[in-house]
Amino acid sequence: MPQNFRLTVNGEMREVSVEADTPLLYILRNDLELNGAKFGCGLAQCGACTVVMNGSAIRSCRTPVSAVTAPVTTLEGLGTDEKPHPLQKAFIAEQAMQCGYCINGMIMSAKALLDRNPRASEADIRQALNGNLCRCGSHNRIVRAILRAQKEMAA
Amino acid sequence: MTKMNRREFSFAMGGLVIAFSMAPAAARAAENARLPGTLAANKRLDSWLQIDPQGIVRVHTGRVELGQGNTTALGQIVAEELDVGFIRVDMIAVDTKSSPNEGVTAGSNSIEAGGAALRAAAAEARAILLAAAAEKLGTTPDKLIVRDGEITVPGTTAKTSYWEIARDASLSRDATGSAKPKPASAHTIVGKPTQRIDIPDKVMGHAIFVQDTRLPGLAFGRVVRPPNYAAELTSLDDAAVKKLPGVIAVVRNGRFLGVVAEREEQAIAAREALAKSAKWRVPAALPDQATVHDYLQKLSTIDVKTVNEKGAAGTQAAKTVTATYRKPYLAHASIGPSCAVAGIVDEILTVWSHTQGPYPLRADIAKALNFPLDRVRVIHAQGSGCYGHNGADDVALDAALLTLGANGRIVKVQWMRDDEFGWEPFGSAMTMTGKAGLSVDGTIVAWQYDVWSCTHNMRPGNRMGVNLLASWHLEKPFERAMPAEAPLPAGGGDRNAVPTYDFQNQRIVDHFIPDMPLRVSALRTLGGFGNVFAVESFMDEVAEAAGADPVAFRLKHLKDERARAVLQTAAEKAGWKPDIKSDGTRGRGVAFARYETTKSYVAMIADVVVDRGSGAVKVEHVTVAVDAGQIINPDGLSNQIEGGIIQGTSWTLKEQVTFAKDRITSRDWAGYPILTFAEVPQVEVHLIDHPELPSLGAGEASQGPISAAIANAIRHATGVRLRDLPFTPNKVKAAI
Repeated sequence: MPQNFRLTVNGEMREVSVEADTPLLYILRNDLELNGAKFGCGLAQCGACTVVMNGSAIRSCRTPVSAVTAPVTTLEGLGTDEKPHPLQKAFIAEQAMQCGYCINGMIMSAKALLDRNPRASEADIRQALNGNLCRCGSHNRIVRAILRAQKEMAA
Repeated sequence: MTKMNRREFSFAMGGLVIAFSMAPAAARAAENARLPGTLAANKRLDSWLQIDPQGIVRVHTGRVELGQGNTTALGQIVAEELDVGFIRVDMIAVDTKSSPNEGVTAGSNSIEAGGAALRAAAAEARAILLAAAAEKLGTTPDKLIVRDGEITVPGTTAKTSYWEIARDASLSRDATGSAKPKPASAHTIVGKPTQRIDIPDKVMGHAIFVQDTRLPGLAFGRVVRPPNYAAELTSLDDAAVKKLPGVIAVVRNGRFLGVVAEREEQAIAAREALAKSAKWRVPAALPDQATVHDYLQKLSTIDVKTVNEKGAAGTQAAKTVTATYRKPYLAHASIGPSCAVAGIVDEILTVWSHTQGPYPLRADIAKALNFPLDRVRVIHAQGSGCYGHNGADDVALDAALLTLGANGRIVKVQWMRDDEFGWEPFGSAMTMTGKAGLSVDGTIVAWQYDVWSCTHNMRPGNRMGVNLLASWHLEKPFERAMPAEAPLPAGGGDRNAVPTYDFQNQRIVDHFIPDMPLRVSALRTLGGFGNVFAVESFMDEVAEAAGADPVAFRLKHLKDERARAVLQTAAEKAGWKPDIKSDGTRGRGVAFARYETTKSYVAMIADVVVDRGSGAVKVEHVTVAVDAGQIINPDGLSNQIEGGIIQGTSWTLKEQVTFAKDRITSRDWAGYPILTFAEVPQVEVHLIDHPELPSLGAGEASQGPISAAIANAIRHATGVRLRDLPFTPNKVKAAI
């Protein structure tokens, strides 16, 4: 039976009526019409669906709505067209993608890392992103973009 | 999968040997010289370009954006020829209702052919606009200056603009090829690093992917595939599935099964329930993976021979070197499983798809559904990178079947991860053998090369048959098209089988295997990856037999100045020195290829470290030199080259499709691991620009050489020569 759930997403309280085991991903994409988190595997193996909750990067494809106990931030919650987040600016500046399907996961994993550890080293970044798969081979540009954003965020 | 009738086939083709020469393609190219690229097939200028009085240039290209940045580069070309700011260019996604038909966006061809067409169309549009402007201003076109679409006559106050005269200067006419494009020396937009037009939407989370399509009344679909290619559906009890929450329809047609539901998670739950309710007879029809190369080599083949006799035949070889190389089946392994949206819009079956070929897809969907062509419309929307023919086209027919099974309700269908890995057409397994004769002075005087491969092209759009997965599973199934080898120089299994080196007495035989025990089609580079891996590994083996430095040995056999230049640049930038001894763990290897033998020149040097304990190979650094002729967007080119090297490293070290007798077993990322952040090499790209020369396709050019550069570096590091891809730790450890 569907139940009512209240979630705070990108600072806004939203209410949905769904089964308790519904993965957060489908609520974000279909009920809230947010595009950032993507379906990649449904198995928590690739990271395309990553969002931030409680300061951690989590896999929304394997997080049932009943386990969403804290505010959620998605890619859309980082910045706006007029005022993009330093990570978003840096990914544009470094042209850090080809197809861009994985990029939501890269930016959200980096967001959780830099919030936790603003002085993360390049090795820390590579380790934090090691569970995020990119098929186009944009890895080094992604790392450069995160380092660039880190500088701006520290300034 | 539909089995081919082998007897009929061998009757038609048995024993036939076809010899190709390089001439016909060149002759055709000369014929169409006045209308370059795909302009010859789509002559109407306004089918390419429209001047919007609002100050926008709308560009209709037949090329689709696959994340490779081609639409940005094509936009640069138009802005350059028209003298308008890049920001005024609006690249329209391909729509079979209104876009020029450029077939399939593949083969590193967008800039070479699509760019040439757009450049010529834009140059001619400019001439037409300037003629109209001159008439209006009472002068002649040569007196006019254009700046961002504003047209002035120097020394006077007379002025107009493209936007003002757009209505008077009709582009609704055929191109004649009479306008001369700008010389490269006048370029200000082409050749400059330009930010891609699609990236801001992607980092902000705006709707840009087909997955982000949202339409009123949208429902969600999923498919249930058979356990393997040949499985037969023996019973289905879908009564319980139909009663599941949100289920709108359960669709069955033969052994094609699908569900449509109100919500996505409901469609996924219904898919699982439907899969459980289906009983199948599952023949164990696949070959043994451990011996699949031997199995393939024993199948009947059509042999295509390229004989390239240079110099005196039969020069005595003092020493002979032979070797055999193998490449496994590879998956496209897109991060996002294939997706499509379909519905009936104004009585037209409308499909939003990330296909590489909207027109060919439309043709096959129409055939599979027995619809007239004009009742099917395909609109391109971006998807996850495809790297060739993955499930993109198949899921489009799935979506069409599901919308028809749900009374025309608009339905979005995305494959699940195991659908993609289990059913996408793979890149064929290949076997390559080399035999080289060396003269006393260490020159190659005989070169025999053989390659065995299944087809690399089973895309939709073939005149015969239907190349869409679900069509083979319908109650009245369609046959897939007969596979055929593409002629050189592009080739298929023999792509890059003919090396760029100047060998005497070359004999190259492409053993084309028409049968396909595993479903196969186009994967980035087609046979080029396997062939460059083999040819460039073998060059090192022959150099070693000659006691020569691998770079010097290659240069000795290369006359083409541009080929020499990339090799020398890579060697110089990497600080290549002959006769460096390895410490047993560190090594470096070189490789070179000219993609498709007519496109970009690429040479690279890879530095690797081998962990002798675990057998793990880490590619630390790659130095690459590229000559792609005239560069349109240097950063875009560099991005493609870097990406190709990283993807190629992943193919080389980690990847192979696995299968048991009755099914594909690599069905998720644990079963099909790819390179991760901790494993990617640093890539240092050196571009050699030739603004005075035509652009050469580069999107697939770096993948072949990296495999051989790694193999050669492992040999240098450890003394072990690896010839069977992939170089997994177990394999490397066993060899050491």
